[in-house]
Amino acid sequence: MAQLTMIQAITDALRCELKDDENVLVFGEDVGVNGGVFRATEGLQKEFGEDRVFDTPLAESGIGGLTIGLALQGFRPVPEIQFFGFIYEVMDSVSGQLARMRYRTGGALGAPVTIRSPFGGGVHTPEMHSDSLEGLMTSQPGLKVVVPSTPYDAKGLLISSIRDNDPVIFLEHLKLYRSFREEVPEESYTIPLGKADVKREGTDLSIFAYGAMVHESLKAAELLEKEEYSVEVVDLRTIQPLDIETIIASVEKTGRAVVVQEAQKQAGIAANVVAEITERAILSLEAPVLRVTAPDTIYPFPQAEAVWLPNAKDIVETAKKVLTF
Amino acid sequence: MASQKSKQFDPVANLHEIEEKFEMFQILNEEGEIVNEDADPKLSDTELVELMSRMVFTRILDQRSISLNRQGRLGFYAPTAGQEASQIASHYALEKEDYILPGYRDVPQIVWHGLPLSKAFLFSRGHFIGNQIPEDVNVLPPQIIIGAQYIQTAGVALGMQKRGKKSVAVTYTGDGGSSQGDFYEGINFAGAFRSPAIFIVQNNQFAISTPRELQTAAKTIAQKGIAAGIPSILVDGMDPLAVFVATRDARQRAVNGEGPSLIETMCYRYGPHTMAGDDPTRYRTSDTDSQWEKKDPIVRFRKYLEAKGLWSEEKEAEVIEKAKEEIKAAVKEADAAPKQKVTELIRNMNDGDLPYNLQEQYEIFKEKESK
Repeated sequence: MAQLTMIQAITDALRCELKDDENVLVFGEDVGVNGGVFRATEGLQKEFGEDRVFDTPLAESGIGGLTIGLALQGFRPVPEIQFFGFIYEVMDSVSGQLARMRYRTGGALGAPVTIRSPFGGGVHTPEMHSDSLEGLMTSQPGLKVVVPSTPYDAKGLLISSIRDNDPVIFLEHLKLYRSFREEVPEESYTIPLGKADVKREGTDLSIFAYGAMVHESLKAAELLEKEEYSVEVVDLRTIQPLDIETIIASVEKTGRAVVVQEAQKQAGIAANVVAEITERAILSLEAPVLRVTAPDTIYPFPQAEAVWLPNAKDIVETAKKVLTF
Repeated sequence: MASQKSKQFDPVANLHEIEEKFEMFQILNEEGEIVNEDADPKLSDTELVELMSRMVFTRILDQRSISLNRQGRLGFYAPTAGQEASQIASHYALEKEDYILPGYRDVPQIVWHGLPLSKAFLFSRGHFIGNQIPEDVNVLPPQIIIGAQYIQTAGVALGMQKRGKKSVAVTYTGDGGSSQGDFYEGINFAGAFRSPAIFIVQNNQFAISTPRELQTAAKTIAQKGIAAGIPSILVDGMDPLAVFVATRDARQRAVNGEGPSLIETMCYRYGPHTMAGDDPTRYRTSDTDSQWEKKDPIVRFRKYLEAKGLWSEEKEAEVIEKAKEEIKAAVKEADAAPKQKVTELIRNMNDGDLPYNLQEQYEIFKEKESK
């Protein structure tokens, strides 16, 4: 066991998979000798060679095409899109091509691909670096979407994603890369995709969150505990497909729920979670399910992040509305 | 300020110099005469007859497909008549282990590469069985997103290079497609990785109704290869021998590790863009049509082979008869394909276990289908 940051856990997962499966290829803009703009691929080219870990020209769409072609030659590509705001350049390769490969060939051809990409606010990035665009991906049949919030989860989920025989979008929150360390086993291990994790147990209210909002929700739960409220925090971990079983079991226990996301209200996946709860557990609900989200504007100018991004205070406020409904 | 002309560098002269480099490569003229003896691939008699047979077969396939489409027995269909040299002679230069990434008009190439004709018809009708490529056939289903096949080709070629294969990835787009970003990214990536790819642009003069001149100020599409730093050539796309040689040479360079090439085939489609209501008389004159008909690849190749005593009316009639029979049998086979079920479409989404949402929907549709 070692104390790792989330980015170290990601590097570790990539190393494990490069070692275990010679078909795994890691590539993107500056992921080779440079080790990635966030050091996620640090040392990997040196260890595994330029044939396995390599840089590409600066063109996201081309990277998408490269990924598809390599998958057709039996490789297991793990490309990187430097910031997820740049996904628009490669939407066709992802949604129009990769997601559909198995279906359009009637199961004859698959696309065992994991696209890694950082996103998320709170670190004053320039324009189009921090946008939460996961909702675009979850609405595309054929893709799985994973968003880890801890070093331990990041490693196990990334290894599972790489081993999955269908395309996975693996989104890494910038603020969580180095914000804390956690015990992470040195050996390979997996965490099943599509499984949520109860990060804190409680009986009065369920909070469903993912990414950086898991930590804000845990902070909120602490604050609410001081007021004698017992709050359960469920980290969704995989946001497509959702872990319906865990979500519904939690709501049936607590009778009240809040869904928290960093994305704007009209984006993200909170609406999906609310809809699933109302379809499946409305008779358990003591109050409507409310959402904590960002406002429906374009992602803020860096200096406005603090007033725009949802935080623990917003969560406490909304949680109280639900608790006292 | 007075304009200063640099003596060392004249951009206008430079452009003209580049444009002049892209003269059209031709071996067989419209009269079926060899005009470029040095470049003649000297195919054997059997090979020449086989190439002609495939071109005639493909012309019949086009005629029958149009008529089957009109009868409602085919769906989406993009006519190919006029492009036989460009499509069939380029394919004739390939080997079985080469991988083809076709556009939506490039069904003939994947059929000659091994896709059963019945599957090609099921593709046209919209049935997933049509796209279930047999395991030993190295092709993708026809690509609808113009340009996507180019970037994917760069990837397949890089994959072949990494596997140490002596094969190439080959892709096709049209003149309109050369305006796409993915067109440029595809040739540029393959160039940067020196991957074994052949990029073919079939310049059939029109992208639906938009003439080639409206796509770009570049005098040729072939010269776009310069932007990627890769060899490129403008070929008479109505000349089967020239197309064959250009593709064969590109393939040779690719398997020798010399990287990708771009080939522009100057050709024409006699029919509409697709059978979905396009009317070429709105944007094309019958004059243009008849000018191009004089260049017909089958007419000139027929003249060439007849002069060599390799082809006859009887031989051609035999090929036509065979084509009609095979097409008839393939339609029958396509008719026999079972109707698609939602449960099958769901099952084809994933490898392994279905995610919860699809699992639930699978059960719902299984119930419906059992009634």
